[in-house]
Amino acid sequence: MAQSLKWRALVYVIIIGVALVYLLPTFIQVPAWWEKYLPSDKISLGLDLQGGMHLILEVDTEKALENTLERNGADIEDLLYNNKIPFDHIKRISRTALEVALVDPETKDRVKQLLEQNFPALKHEKIEQAGETVTFTLAIDDLEARQIKKAATEQALETIRNRVDQFGVAEPSIQIQGEDQIAIQLPGIKDPKRAIELIGKTALLEFKLVNDEVSVDEALKGSMPADSEILYQRDVNPKTGEVKRVPYLLKKRTLLTGDRLVKAQVQIDNRFNEPYVALEFDARGAKIFERITEKNIKKRLAIILDNNVYSAPVIQDKISGGHAQITGRFTMEEARDLAIVLRAGSLPAPVKILEKRTVGPSLGQDSIRQGIRAMIIGSIAVVLFMIIYYRLSGIVANLAMLLNIVLLLAALAGFGATLTVPGLAGIALTIGMAVDANVLIYERIREEMRLGKTVKASIDTGYSRAFLTILDSNLTTIIAALFLMQFGTGPVKGFAITLTIGLLANMFTAVAVTRLIFDYFVIKRRIKTLSI
Amino acid sequence: MELIRPTININFIDRTRSALIFSGVLILVSIVSLVLKGGPRYGIDFKGGTLFQVKFNRQVAISDVRKAVKEMGIEAGLVQNFGSENDYEYLINIEAAIEDLEQFSDRFREHFAATFGKDSFDIRRTEAVGPKVGKDLREKALLAVALSCVGMLIYIWYRFELRFGLGAICGLVHDVLITLGALSLTNTPIDLPVVAALLTIVGYSVNDTIIVCDRIRENMPKMTKKPLRNVINISINQTLSRTILTVTTVLMATLALFLFGGGVIHDFAFTMLVGIIAGTYSSIFIACPVVIYWEKLFVKEKKGLAKRAL
Repeated sequence: MAQSLKWRALVYVIIIGVALVYLLPTFIQVPAWWEKYLPSDKISLGLDLQGGMHLILEVDTEKALENTLERNGADIEDLLYNNKIPFDHIKRISRTALEVALVDPETKDRVKQLLEQNFPALKHEKIEQAGETVTFTLAIDDLEARQIKKAATEQALETIRNRVDQFGVAEPSIQIQGEDQIAIQLPGIKDPKRAIELIGKTALLEFKLVNDEVSVDEALKGSMPADSEILYQRDVNPKTGEVKRVPYLLKKRTLLTGDRLVKAQVQIDNRFNEPYVALEFDARGAKIFERITEKNIKKRLAIILDNNVYSAPVIQDKISGGHAQITGRFTMEEARDLAIVLRAGSLPAPVKILEKRTVGPSLGQDSIRQGIRAMIIGSIAVVLFMIIYYRLSGIVANLAMLLNIVLLLAALAGFGATLTVPGLAGIALTIGMAVDANVLIYERIREEMRLGKTVKASIDTGYSRAFLTILDSNLTTIIAALFLMQFGTGPVKGFAITLTIGLLANMFTAVAVTRLIFDYFVIKRRIKTLSI
Repeated sequence: MELIRPTININFIDRTRSALIFSGVLILVSIVSLVLKGGPRYGIDFKGGTLFQVKFNRQVAISDVRKAVKEMGIEAGLVQNFGSENDYEYLINIEAAIEDLEQFSDRFREHFAATFGKDSFDIRRTEAVGPKVGKDLREKALLAVALSCVGMLIYIWYRFELRFGLGAICGLVHDVLITLGALSLTNTPIDLPVVAALLTIVGYSVNDTIIVCDRIRENMPKMTKKPLRNVINISINQTLSRTILTVTTVLMATLALFLFGGGVIHDFAFTMLVGIIAGTYSSIFIACPVVIYWEKLFVKEKKGLAKRAL
């Protein structure tokens, strides 16, 4: 028995030592050698404690599907052009279906074959013939649609991560949640509005030709050419703040997109001292750009971002080398953010903010201060109560409670868990629940002693009888906490985690450690009475 | 020190009827309050909406803040003090479902800047939840509470007997109902931390019941000659001291949170307080009688069957 005492003591001291090693970096600046060989992760504070922004975005995956289909439509158009097959129209008729109408029934089989070869993902839903017109209805099948949606969400995540990295936020967390949602946590962010604009911008950069054959006014009145559309330029008067919307009549066809960009940088215009964004395309993009400019000299080429026209300069000459620029009365900050989003690439589909929470740093500090105050007051009350009620044994229980908190904090640091406001509440509750186990044991020991048993026998029975009760009661609370973890987000999850770890540690501190102390006094000191 | 003398022998079981009436009244009040107020009052986490926490650095009365909110054309706005009255810090809860969260925040900030002066306030927290997220979370939260109840039942069923499990579940439903009633009466909105508290209550309520059930199970083979109701009454008395003590320590910690933990945690602590008290009461007065009633029902049925067989 005395032998096992030594071994138990050794094991417990090792466990507590390891816990302290994990805990130390949170409270003091550890030396360099420590960081090299020992764990140096601190307990990280949640957004509600350190301030920051939490966002949940929904990726409009239906739109991604539409975009894919539109792109397929444009590709089919090219395919038919290149094969010199005349057609009446190609258009999207629903979210998942395209219609291709041919004018010459002779070409039907050839088109069918071409489509099957080049667009295996498109299902031929029906092929109809009415007079001379043959109409193909092509649809994306469900499996493919799901794949496209999944890919869109993943790409959106990647793009947003790029943007956030370039924006410069320490320790951001960006994760996919469910099927089409992205949860973003940006700790310590100073300007939430700017961050949202940066993250939420689709940033689809397009180059389209201005249609000069019809005047804008005529088009607005109703004589809109089928291949054209009206987009607007937002013009803000810097003096009055007045917003003017200038309409442009543009050819619908997109000649080049931001996909081909390799560089986007802020530069300062020498003449007006205004910042602009300089673009550089990759080799293929540069070639396309050269061809466009060569074929359309003296025409105007519009630069469009998210359906807003930024500028529409006249093409003076063929431009090789793949350089272009976006101008538009930017502030330095706007130009910088625009360059970031262009570099990071466009989102595959627009995103919508479903949830936004921002906490200022001052509120977080208040929460920490008040949480710690509540914890200290709570623990003083519990400690005093235990000492008054159980005297020396109460001190043992208090020691166990203190150890419980140490283990809990060490586990938080070790697992890299995040401490939140509800997490603080979880620690406070742990203080109250930690001594519960000892109350169960002590009451049982008292009962046994009243029956006239010796100190040693009472302790033995007290522990063995109370243990199952403690196990049961802790486990039920842990079961509830596990369900909470499943559903809870952020802060609430923090609560469930602290409560669970606290109760698990409780089994060690309140049962094993206190038992060791009692055993020591009974076996080594041979005490005959118990202060309980 | 001893608060409860070991010789204590209170006849709990014979007081079951009055306890049931008492609980019945509390539950009735809770349900009436819930019905009159059109169900539980969900916070923005579950309903969608926007919350602003604004701290003024000069004296601004709550009525002025209310007026400013109304001027924005928001009818469903609720303005409350955050912390003490002299902090001039307010929580503004806008419960209407808002589609464009970002644009609305801008409008709010601009309107307050125009009304109170640009530098006279600091928006310390904004929470905006779209209606869709709210609905998702509400479903998830209900599911979590329901599943954890089932989890409890299965666990106690496995560890003890079905009748103890049913007793514990009745106690638990009792506690959750009364807590919901207390939230409804005090107009406390139910948001994520409150649900966290409710789930903890689910765990804790069972915790208390287990202490008693454990003792009943231990006593049953020892006291085979006594009727079950007496065994249960003895067990309740034997464990009364620890039931009261454990709840005292947890109450101390929770009370400290409630009084000193600050505004963010206030509703959580309130929910816990009500739930813990209800949980302790119910483990004695609800869970145990259910075990007895179950026994009666079960035994009666057996007799009835026997008669019919004759």
